[in-house]
Amino acid sequence: MYPFTYHQPDSVRQAASVAGKAEDAKFLAGGMTLLPTMKQRLASPANLIDLSKIGDLAGIEVKGRSVVIGAMTRHFDVANSKELQAAIPALADLAGMIGDPAVRNRGTIGGSLANNDPAADYPAAALALGATIITNKRKIEAEDYFTGLFETALEEGEIITKVSFPIPAKAGYEKFRNPASRYAIVGVFVAKRGSDVRVAVTGAGASGVFRATKIEAALTAKFSSKSLEGVKMPAEGLNTDIHADAEYRAHLITVMAKRATDKAK
Amino acid sequence: MPVVSMTVNGKAVSADVDPRTLLVHYLRENLRLTGTHVGCDTSQCGACVVMVNGASIKSCTALAVGLQGADVTTIEGLAKDGKLHPMQEAFRENHGLQCGFCTPGMIMSAVDIVNRNGSKIDEKTIREELEGNICRCTGYHNIVKAIAAGAEAMGG
Repeated sequence: MYPFTYHQPDSVRQAASVAGKAEDAKFLAGGMTLLPTMKQRLASPANLIDLSKIGDLAGIEVKGRSVVIGAMTRHFDVANSKELQAAIPALADLAGMIGDPAVRNRGTIGGSLANNDPAADYPAAALALGATIITNKRKIEAEDYFTGLFETALEEGEIITKVSFPIPAKAGYEKFRNPASRYAIVGVFVAKRGSDVRVAVTGAGASGVFRATKIEAALTAKFSSKSLEGVKMPAEGLNTDIHADAEYRAHLITVMAKRATDKAK
Repeated sequence: MPVVSMTVNGKAVSADVDPRTLLVHYLRENLRLTGTHVGCDTSQCGACVVMVNGASIKSCTALAVGLQGADVTTIEGLAKDGKLHPMQEAFRENHGLQCGFCTPGMIMSAVDIVNRNGSKIDEKTIREELEGNICRCTGYHNIVKAIAAGAEAMGG
């Protein structure tokens, strides 16, 4: 890892102010992606701004018809929150499928969303549930937030503070995991709210998380895995790599969508 | 260079380190606690697992400077008064190791698994919970047996 200047602000305001002044700065949340990337010298920020000592960035709260999760809330806490398990069990379930226990003890929801790894789990939940990403500057709808591979609508120096998830009638998440990294080769999050069904796919898209409109249409007609019999996803725009080719990923999307629908509650 | 102070295995420690020092190197090189191993160095294998404020983490993927004031337990901190921790004893009894390289991380994760799941844990849970620990000798069978036995012993 190349050397950097380390900053540990104790408020979001201070973190933003450091970021405004420092050249080539990066925010550090749980570090589960950024630190390995720095170790491999694929990232070498001159300034590292550690957000871990900012007290009010973690926590889970049910507010009306939404669940609001602080950006620095660890996957472990999301997976084990009784309130969340009651309100959006699929989201708690998803957090419990990320990485392994030691990774879940460090990794955070805000870090995952800021990084927008095309195989990460949270982007699928945010897009399918219609989450709002709340930053120190504004609110961004999930629909406008994910803009490409590791790309988001976040501007330089903008910090995610909270994520608000509307509570669905039913939701489920299922993923076909890479057995070594536990990242999604294909992950599908299905959510039903009133007559609105949204299905978001992670791991498969060549430009990151996307909504599977064909599957949404089938599930809107009837919210049952039987509706997905014979639904074939196109392989265009899907990723081919050493783990799976685009055709196989296309096939997996329907399979994972069926399982996620069966699990949905 | 910043002075990083924490409590490691019940003792107050402190060292001058470069900010890029990882917790595992702080432990091994500054404190000479070499029981915590660096295996894959990519946060997958779990040879470097230690407890920080009661939660298991991969010490190869944490900056020491970010853990100012933390309470850290390493494999060296488990045995008390010259007596092995019940989980260590269970690994010895059940031959839960071959080359032994992954063992410190396995044992730290095992203690964490019992802390979170209680002392009555089935084989499936143990195997799932061990996802983040890799044994290149593939000695998982005895490791899982050792953890089940160690869990019982920890329970009393």
